[in-house]
Amino acid sequence: MARKILTEHINIPGIESFDVYRQQGGYTAVEKAIKTMTPEEVVEEAKKSGVRGRGGAGFPMGMKWGFLAKPEGIPRYLVCNADESEPGTFKDHHLMKSIPHLLIEGMIISSFALGANKSFIYVRGELMYVIRILEKAIEEAKAKGFLGKNILGSGYDLELIVQPGGGAYICGEETALLESLEGKRGNPRNKPPFPAVKGLYQSPTVVNNVESISNMPWIINNGGDAYAAIGIGRSTGTKLISASGHIQKPGVYEIELGLSVDEFLNSDEYCGGVRKGHHLKALVAGGSSVPILPANLITKTANGEDRLMSYESLSDGGFATGTMLGSGGFIVFDETACIVRNTWNFSRFYHHESCGQCSPCREGTGWMEKVLHRIEHGHGSMHDIDLLVDISKKIEGNTICPLGDAAAWPVASAIRHFRDEFMWHITNPLEASQPGAVYQGEMALV
Amino acid sequence: MEEIKPQLIKITFDGIEVEVEPGTTIMQAARKIAEADAAQSALVPPAMCYYKPLPTSGGKCRACLVRVAQGSAKDPRPMPKLVPSCITQVQEGMVVENTTNQAVLDTRKSIVEFLLINHPLDCPICDQAGECHLQDFAFEHGSAKTRYEEERRTFDKIDIGPYVQLHMTRCILCYRCVYTADQITDKRVHGVMNRGDASEISTYIEKAIDNDFSGNVIDVCPVGALTDKTYRFKNRVWFTKPEDAHRDCDKCCGKVTLWYRGDEVIRITARKNTWGEVNDFICNTCRFEKKKTSDWVLEGPTKVKRSSVISANKYSKDLVKKPDFALKLAESHYKKIDDSRAYVTDEEAIRHQSIENNDKANHRSLLENN
Repeated sequence: MARKILTEHINIPGIESFDVYRQQGGYTAVEKAIKTMTPEEVVEEAKKSGVRGRGGAGFPMGMKWGFLAKPEGIPRYLVCNADESEPGTFKDHHLMKSIPHLLIEGMIISSFALGANKSFIYVRGELMYVIRILEKAIEEAKAKGFLGKNILGSGYDLELIVQPGGGAYICGEETALLESLEGKRGNPRNKPPFPAVKGLYQSPTVVNNVESISNMPWIINNGGDAYAAIGIGRSTGTKLISASGHIQKPGVYEIELGLSVDEFLNSDEYCGGVRKGHHLKALVAGGSSVPILPANLITKTANGEDRLMSYESLSDGGFATGTMLGSGGFIVFDETACIVRNTWNFSRFYHHESCGQCSPCREGTGWMEKVLHRIEHGHGSMHDIDLLVDISKKIEGNTICPLGDAAAWPVASAIRHFRDEFMWHITNPLEASQPGAVYQGEMALV
Repeated sequence: MEEIKPQLIKITFDGIEVEVEPGTTIMQAARKIAEADAAQSALVPPAMCYYKPLPTSGGKCRACLVRVAQGSAKDPRPMPKLVPSCITQVQEGMVVENTTNQAVLDTRKSIVEFLLINHPLDCPICDQAGECHLQDFAFEHGSAKTRYEEERRTFDKIDIGPYVQLHMTRCILCYRCVYTADQITDKRVHGVMNRGDASEISTYIEKAIDNDFSGNVIDVCPVGALTDKTYRFKNRVWFTKPEDAHRDCDKCCGKVTLWYRGDEVIRITARKNTWGEVNDFICNTCRFEKKKTSDWVLEGPTKVKRSSVISANKYSKDLVKKPDFALKLAESHYKKIDDSRAYVTDEEAIRHQSIENNDKANHRSLLENN
């Protein structure tokens, strides 16, 4: 049985209430941090743990905290990014609704470490019931003296505010989230300045994912070194994976980073293998925005090594033969899934969610969607494939925020690995545009 | 006491060294090079959304992306992505590649393509034609063909106030007018609604803009999305003659450009600098209500760039001299014409004759067909 850090107590009945959570050793980390440690020591533990941002980019959290500017007389803010909207990712939702106090405990410790007296949890608007759960949990914590003025008699004040978002994917981008939190239109900002220097209300701000922050109680209780001992290489600790698609047991699983993809996909403890009578066709390993992988590159890398669930192993081979761990949205496709239709579907999502601020993304996402729609519905031509590759190249890296990249990668990778399927759609328009029609030819090899 | 000057920063832009003050952007440094030597003006990155008089504008259109080959003298690593030159500040020892880098030029070409895929090609009936930044940008950096086969987005025209018409179909969402409405007018009445390629500039539910400086959104618009209703379809810009003029205005600086067609003032705009930017915004009274020469003190013709189509229309006849040899040739040939037909001068008679000729021709063709 693998070690669990976040979901250890998740199945205990009543864990969403303060009392049950406290009985399971909850809030001891807050007591330890506030009573016995200085903020610098907490930051040091986070750095030692090597925990990487779980929102998708994988940037070390301790390092991010270290960048926070600390000018005198200006407030600092911690914002928790709970605007989880990546297609295929639903881990934060699961964590917040099941064990809300874990996030709140993490928020108290992290705010203490950063010297923030006002912290925000920005939850996507669709999760109204989760917002109510969090607000109830905050009330409970406040009543027990873990939040509010003079926490545990230490003189440290913290106010925790839950803010519902408007339901836009783009508000999961940290600067767009800050704009939205300020009450403006959720347009990403140009960087620099980074939020660590000028974030919320032009003050230094740290934005962290729910899962990253939820790791803090364990790190404080057991030490950063103990956390760093779990996992493999620079991918330390555990990760929640949202498994979905054509598998036996979809759901949220906590894995130790470094588990092999093969084991995660096929063992009964996790996904339980591809659904019966079907075989694996493709995999999106980290949410819709990461490159898709064909069957032959999923369990082995291009060099023939075992592919592991870690930041490094999944991105082995770059974008030519690799992908990214991203936010951990593990979407499995069997041979009944049409890659063209799926790519069109992803592309439609990014077209719909582009904020419309910078031209490559605003115009390019719509263009790609229209071309893919045409191919899927049997009106494509051969030069459309190269056109798509060219558009995706022109969007990638030229936009204000990573949404442009996120829109370009799935399209580029689908064509890279499944070009023959696109060609089949174009050469057999009548057959391909039938509902449920799927290319049954040989799977492309790289 | 000696004035303390900030230490200048030296950067290299396309192989040209320039010294600028700290806090300058790459774009401003490039403009400084061009202002010192007009021959280098092709080096300046194009700006579709950046507008110097409007702080915080820029960074959206991505037309000015450049490559930073060396971040600074301290940290000589190149920047991983192309950076928007309009908002990226210079560092000591920075090396910037603009026209010397093929990747930058390719990207710029694709930005033109992106901006044009939803832009109607209605330049022949657009009032902005001739002074349109997108036209210039596309002409200089774009390709002649489009690869876009899909339907373009379209919107209905909206009248925002008595003076301004909004035609969103042409808009490239540069946000300049939003910043103008935000920064120089009292109330924020004007913004962006919806998102992605469906986003539109609008006043909230097509409400009229009612303030004294609303006309400035017309000047800042790089395309023909916001047009002057008192000038719409009156004339082509290259048939008009710009003159600088001023008047005492209690609301604004009163410094404007009058656009003449013959003796008639058909349009008034704020004065624009070399980069197409308005430095002194003007009020609606000056812009829309003082359309008589007697209201103004004239200062002389506005300087227009030679490359501009506006200067193609020579204002004064003296500038255009017909070559002598053509006149002489015409003169010598004129005498040799020996036409025995009746010499007709009356217009009515000419028209009659042509109608008759037409009838004859029609009759002939009918006969042939039958």
